[in-house]
Amino acid sequence: MNAMNWLVVYPEALLLLMACAVALVDLFVTDPKRRPTFWLAQLSLAAVAGLHLAYYDGGATVYGMQRMMVSDPMGHLLAFFATVAVMITIAYAQPYIASRDMLKGEFFTLSMFVLLGIGVMCSANNFLVVYLGLELMSLSLYALVALRRDHGVSTEAAMKYFVLGALASGFLLYGLSMMYGATRSLDINEVFNAIGRGNINTTVLTFGVVFVVAGLAFKLGVVPFHMWVPDVYQGAPTAVTLLIGGAPKLAAFAITIRLLVEGMLGLAVDWQQMMIVLAVASLVIGNLAAIAQTNLKRMLAYSTISQMGFMLLGMTAGVVSGNTLSAGNAYSSAMFYVVSYVITTLGTFGLIMFLSRSGFESEEISDLAGLAKRAPWLAGIMTLFMFSLAGLPPMVGFYAKLAILQALVTTNVTGYVVLAVVAVMLSLVGAFYYLRIVKVMYFDEPTDASRPLQGGGVSALLALNGVAVLGFGLLPGGLMAMCRDAILRALAT
Amino acid sequence: MGLLSLSIWLPIAFGALLLATGRDNNPGAARWIALLGAVISFAITVPLITGFDNASAALQFSENLMWIERFNVRYHLGVDGISVWFVLLTAFITIIVVVAGWEVITERVHQYMGAFLILSGLMVGVFSAADGLLFYVFFEATLIPMYIIIGVWGGPRRVYAAFKFFLYTLAGSLLMLVALVYLYYKSGGSFDIATWHKLPLGLHAQALLFFAFFAAFAVKVPMWPVHTWLPDAHVEAPTGGSVVLAAIMLKLGAYGFLRFSMPIAPDASREYAWVIIALSLIAVVYIGLVALVQQDMKKLVAYSSIAHMGFVTLGFFIFNELGVSGGLVQMISHGFVSGAMFLAIGVLYDRVHSREIATYGGVVNVMPKFAAFALFFTMANCGLPGTGGFVGEWMVILGTVKLNFWLAAIAATALIFGAAYSLWMYKRVYFGDVTNDHVRELTDINAREFGIMAVLAIATLWMGVYPKPFTDVMHTSVTELLKHVALSKLQ
Repeated sequence: MNAMNWLVVYPEALLLLMACAVALVDLFVTDPKRRPTFWLAQLSLAAVAGLHLAYYDGGATVYGMQRMMVSDPMGHLLAFFATVAVMITIAYAQPYIASRDMLKGEFFTLSMFVLLGIGVMCSANNFLVVYLGLELMSLSLYALVALRRDHGVSTEAAMKYFVLGALASGFLLYGLSMMYGATRSLDINEVFNAIGRGNINTTVLTFGVVFVVAGLAFKLGVVPFHMWVPDVYQGAPTAVTLLIGGAPKLAAFAITIRLLVEGMLGLAVDWQQMMIVLAVASLVIGNLAAIAQTNLKRMLAYSTISQMGFMLLGMTAGVVSGNTLSAGNAYSSAMFYVVSYVITTLGTFGLIMFLSRSGFESEEISDLAGLAKRAPWLAGIMTLFMFSLAGLPPMVGFYAKLAILQALVTTNVTGYVVLAVVAVMLSLVGAFYYLRIVKVMYFDEPTDASRPLQGGGVSALLALNGVAVLGFGLLPGGLMAMCRDAILRALAT
Repeated sequence: MGLLSLSIWLPIAFGALLLATGRDNNPGAARWIALLGAVISFAITVPLITGFDNASAALQFSENLMWIERFNVRYHLGVDGISVWFVLLTAFITIIVVVAGWEVITERVHQYMGAFLILSGLMVGVFSAADGLLFYVFFEATLIPMYIIIGVWGGPRRVYAAFKFFLYTLAGSLLMLVALVYLYYKSGGSFDIATWHKLPLGLHAQALLFFAFFAAFAVKVPMWPVHTWLPDAHVEAPTGGSVVLAAIMLKLGAYGFLRFSMPIAPDASREYAWVIIALSLIAVVYIGLVALVQQDMKKLVAYSSIAHMGFVTLGFFIFNELGVSGGLVQMISHGFVSGAMFLAIGVLYDRVHSREIATYGGVVNVMPKFAAFALFFTMANCGLPGTGGFVGEWMVILGTVKLNFWLAAIAATALIFGAAYSLWMYKRVYFGDVTNDHVRELTDINAREFGIMAVLAIATLWMGVYPKPFTDVMHTSVTELLKHVALSKLQ
């Protein structure tokens, strides 16, 4: 049982190796567009994604590194999506950062380290490994936010992100140490068993849960731990905003499952109550504050807050009146929500980057004015993304919301049904500001006649992303089944 | 692919083709492709009615495939006597809309035509969905093209109207979504509407479901007091948008009452029928009075639409065959008549760019052919015997008399108010002397406008003189529905 079992960490090992290789290779690259680095990074990521997919297909749950790591379908599926998300991010980002003199090898190396952190979190089976992965990801992201060194807003955002992020990590670590104190173990399965056995100091345990939930809420960016989200989304270079808004959400979801579900399902009554408060507060504040924004990135930040709130609702419906029958249903709905949210977000920020040129950021909502006349295709794709975020069928975002509502209503508890009604009413509020983007693009006259720069590869990728949002909406069955399958296996162990 | 699938996806495919290939420099091609798509789509729906078995209340032409296995959602289509005419009506009105926008729409023609074709396919989907979630997907998706149509090609306050239209409708339908999910749970994991019809439910649950569906459908119909989006949407929408809105989209709501509210919650429907009847009568009387004082022609017709839809909901919730069939006939004839009324206003607006009644006067002197058509449709709008408008209202009033004479008496006042506002508007716009130069310079309708007016006039007359083909198709399904609603589902 204490075997090293290296097989479990092959994807992470490969990623680490290639991240170092990319850093080294880049030293010898003279091409200003850094094409060799770009393609090497993409190839390595593709290989890692392939490995994750193969492991997911294998379907086995294997422990390794002396039970520090676990290889199970859920972890690999999330890591697979995260890898794809980072690949897409880099592809969208390359022309953007190249035109801003930020294209250094660091961008690629740090992005790969972010992914490494995410991979570690997805397959962590130990409190310390969770923390290790989290810090690896966060520290790389702090550096990336500050990539635009000479830019005031960017630097401020990096500072804010770093200070608040460190605080959150502290919360999490403090909570985990309390859990360790109460259960005498850092191993997630052991903690689960210890809680199940009972005779533990519940005061310490409950305190620990509170801190863990607070730490996770910071990372997910839900109210009242959301202060950093708008500033960082707005301040960071859009390429980095995309990196923050995409793959790390999958990781945050992964550790939420690992810590709260696999480790502390016995305390679900405690953390579910907190989650309900966090979720409803996020839905209210996120949706209302987004209405008042004029900056597109800031609006999307508030939209993210509300989306994460909606996702958390799914997490609250796992344990109902003391039984876990609905757990698989609830958590797989939340997982589907996160995945579909990431797919949509990637496209949204990718499009913002595509529209911006050197010296022009295209991040105000008014910059989109009349886009339907200037570039009908892009406006059409953006419309798909906005309606998906608003939860309109037949876009994938609708099925995500449907899955969550279904998880709430099938608990057959009045309180949860009321929550479902509250959630849909607040998503009505949300529909307003997504509609406003469509309005600006279609109903307003263009303020400048410029067409976006033509980048064949990126625009093809954007089109593909739009097709994915629509395609997963027309045929969501496969993706849903994958999420459900992964979660059921994770719960079975 | 079955006929129903084709009638849904063919117009959508044509719409997508238009969006993909259209450019601002080839509007002619976009128009012809759109016309081709609309005509083929209509031709496909014709076998639905010729091959329809009037004796059966079951879903016909049905297609049933697994769609989303995780939630047991099926791609289940089918039409019965209640829905089949609306599939045809939708495809038919789409041709009218394409032709009506022929020379009028000069900007972004391909997007305009594409939006209407996609909308047409989605609405056919609403009428033929036999799975609750599939219905919802189509029902909601129709908002997107309509939002764009109002917002891009609409009048001065188009943005306000588009938002109001979208958010009002969405508010109602989100509650319906929760209701659908609740039924999914109650039925043990099925979105099949027929299964829900048989599902026993307590009165409390039925009441909640009834009001959740009510929220969605009452907004869509629209019923007083949630009707306020409609005048705005109608006034600001381009002519084609108003036509589709009045002729088809309002019917989605009324259709929902028949497909969901009444059979799924029959006990609650009977219990709370008085609410619907009261609101319908308010719509008929009060909105009729509101229409009387309008200065804007489109607004007047919009309010008259609300009043006419009041008849439809009244007919449904008196639970007899005359009422329900009358409501359905009224829905179809209102589709023709209100569509024609909006087209007539569009004809004037295209020439003078004003919808104010006061800007006109004496139009009959310069546009005799057009004035004749307008008179015919105005008469149909106030329910002249021999036109489609009469049959439905008459059946509903007869049905109401069976229930209660005084309710019928109140409903019948609509015929007076309807005549008052319609004819008074006609008098002010068309009769009298030519009042100003704008009117003097008017030219009579061209062959294209004459053609669409004539087609609609024939349809209206046909419904008025010989409505039997319509009622025959409905008869079996309506009887079955009423039998079902009469039975209690209480546990």
